[in-house]
Amino acid sequence: MNAVTAQLPALQVVIPLLGAIIAAFLRRGTLAWAWAALITALTPVIAFAQLHQVWTNDTISYRMGGWPPPIGIEYRVDLLNAFVLLLVSLVSTIMMPYARRSVAHEIDGDKQAWFYCMYLLGLAGLLGITITGDAFNAFVFLEISSLSTYVMIAMGRDRRALVASYQYLIIGTIGATLYVIGVGLLYLVTGSLNFADIGTRLAEASAAYPRPVLAGLAFLFVGISLKLALFPLHVWLPNAYAYAPSFATAFLAATATKVAIYLLLRIVFSVYGVAIDLNTLPVSTVLYPLSIAAMFIASILAVYETNLKRMLAYSSVAQIGYITLGIALMNQAGLTGSVVHLFNHALIKGALFLALGAIVYRAGTIKLDDLGGIGRTMPLTFAAFVFAGMSLMGVPGTAGFISKYYLIVGALDAGLWPIAFLIVASSLIALVYIGRAVEVAYFRPIASAPANAKDPPLMMLVPILVLTFASIYFGIDTELSAGVASRVAETLLGGLK
Amino acid sequence: MRLDVVLRVGVKLIIPFMLVFGLYVQLHGDYGPGGGFQAGVIVAGAIITYALIFGIEEAQRVAPRKLVEFLVPLGVLIYAGTGVIGLLSGQNFLDYSVLAAHAPAGRERGILLVEAGVLVTVASTMIALFYAFSERGR
Repeated sequence: MNAVTAQLPALQVVIPLLGAIIAAFLRRGTLAWAWAALITALTPVIAFAQLHQVWTNDTISYRMGGWPPPIGIEYRVDLLNAFVLLLVSLVSTIMMPYARRSVAHEIDGDKQAWFYCMYLLGLAGLLGITITGDAFNAFVFLEISSLSTYVMIAMGRDRRALVASYQYLIIGTIGATLYVIGVGLLYLVTGSLNFADIGTRLAEASAAYPRPVLAGLAFLFVGISLKLALFPLHVWLPNAYAYAPSFATAFLAATATKVAIYLLLRIVFSVYGVAIDLNTLPVSTVLYPLSIAAMFIASILAVYETNLKRMLAYSSVAQIGYITLGIALMNQAGLTGSVVHLFNHALIKGALFLALGAIVYRAGTIKLDDLGGIGRTMPLTFAAFVFAGMSLMGVPGTAGFISKYYLIVGALDAGLWPIAFLIVASSLIALVYIGRAVEVAYFRPIASAPANAKDPPLMMLVPILVLTFASIYFGIDTELSAGVASRVAETLLGGLK
Repeated sequence: MRLDVVLRVGVKLIIPFMLVFGLYVQLHGDYGPGGGFQAGVIVAGAIITYALIFGIEEAQRVAPRKLVEFLVPLGVLIYAGTGVIGLLSGQNFLDYSVLAAHAPAGRERGILLVEAGVLVTVASTMIALFYAFSERGR
């Protein structure tokens, strides 16, 4: 048993990676789905074991290929990435039962096995970015997850999926290039690729070469911001989410941007923060206006959107604004709010996009104007949409409230009461766009598309309800979310210079 | 171009050399520039040249589509599988030192296997891309 425990960090990535290859050999869709579900279900078990280990003991360090760091690639699990690993793997596992019918409905039979192959590759890539302690290895996994994402998006039924995928491919490639230029600059001045090792050498390097160090931060920051869709670098996101297959949208919305945010946290706090006083770096100066712009502009764009998937995609951009706002605050409560919203938003958006996928499955459209009365013909699905939507707004008693509470406390701690006010004001915009959907769904006469719709089969309904329940539940019991998040914030801030 | 004698004979002459050169680049990767990626492209180049002159049907008799699509993941499986041998023998993932009695010899063997996997995947992916483009609109 001990031998297995020691290999957990490798298994976390190797199992979905090998699983993806095997899925490519299984040509039949249902078989590939069953395989992908089995593989996915193993990942949260590993992630939970690791979280337990770092919670009770200390950081896990794993030497890839037996080579000691910083020469070899190190897999390093601390509280922050153990938390993100658990989030990504757990949400994926909850979603997997949903995938079978949704994917079978939207993707041709001979391509389904390839879809599951790409999904598992994407999962392996996201887990890899999160677990690795090596800057270049993170780039490789970033590419693995991005390439598989492009393929998943391009598999959407709508022909515009191809354009959306191409757009994302160009922007994503620029992002990855900027990231690798940043890593290159850091390697030039420190001679290391290991995050922790760069951190220890950076103070000296920054004294000798201040400009390359600053330029490196700029490249890394912009590169990762493209990936996490920080406003105004979000233009790829609405189309990509809108035209991808429903399951892929839900999977990406819940995991991909969150992992990019994790990478930003890692670079800012564990690499730069431990070496240089963060107040002398322009991180907050850049993040404040962009986050607030995201919260307002993206939310307002969501209000005017008639395609429900695009509406939620814009809402995602706005929610990412809240998360980056917490990073900009750089205090205990703000950073806790950031990390906890990372968790809560994954659950909420997962539930919302799965509910939309169910509407596509039954009613065949997600145009708001064609969905009159959908709340009465698909009562459980739309009830889930409403509850998850309430959590999105931050109604007290829901998970979204907890995130916003911490963010507001963080803003007040920083002495920035106008920002606390802006957080509340922008939340009210969420009320408008969710409310608009509710109005159409419950108070309009039943239109032709939803007339024959009914709640989806149990395999699809249960994941929606589980995620919805979770997005309420974590508003009441905050032990796992806010409890871990505040300790994460403590360690991140504790390491700062 | 099927009727052009010079091209047909020329290509038939050049293809064996392309394949041998591919293998040379593959195995020479230990000592100089080269390796699985470059070799894979050269090997795929041989098949693609054949297809350009003799037509896609002829090329698919040599390298059927199904086989090519099978080889794409197979190469990755060889690569990852080599890493898993390390795991199964109690070492870390990608630790090749267990593949032979001496650690350096084991690592050399590991790289050889991994590069073979790269060759398979790169060559078959290039051919699959070529097939996908040339079969468009049929």
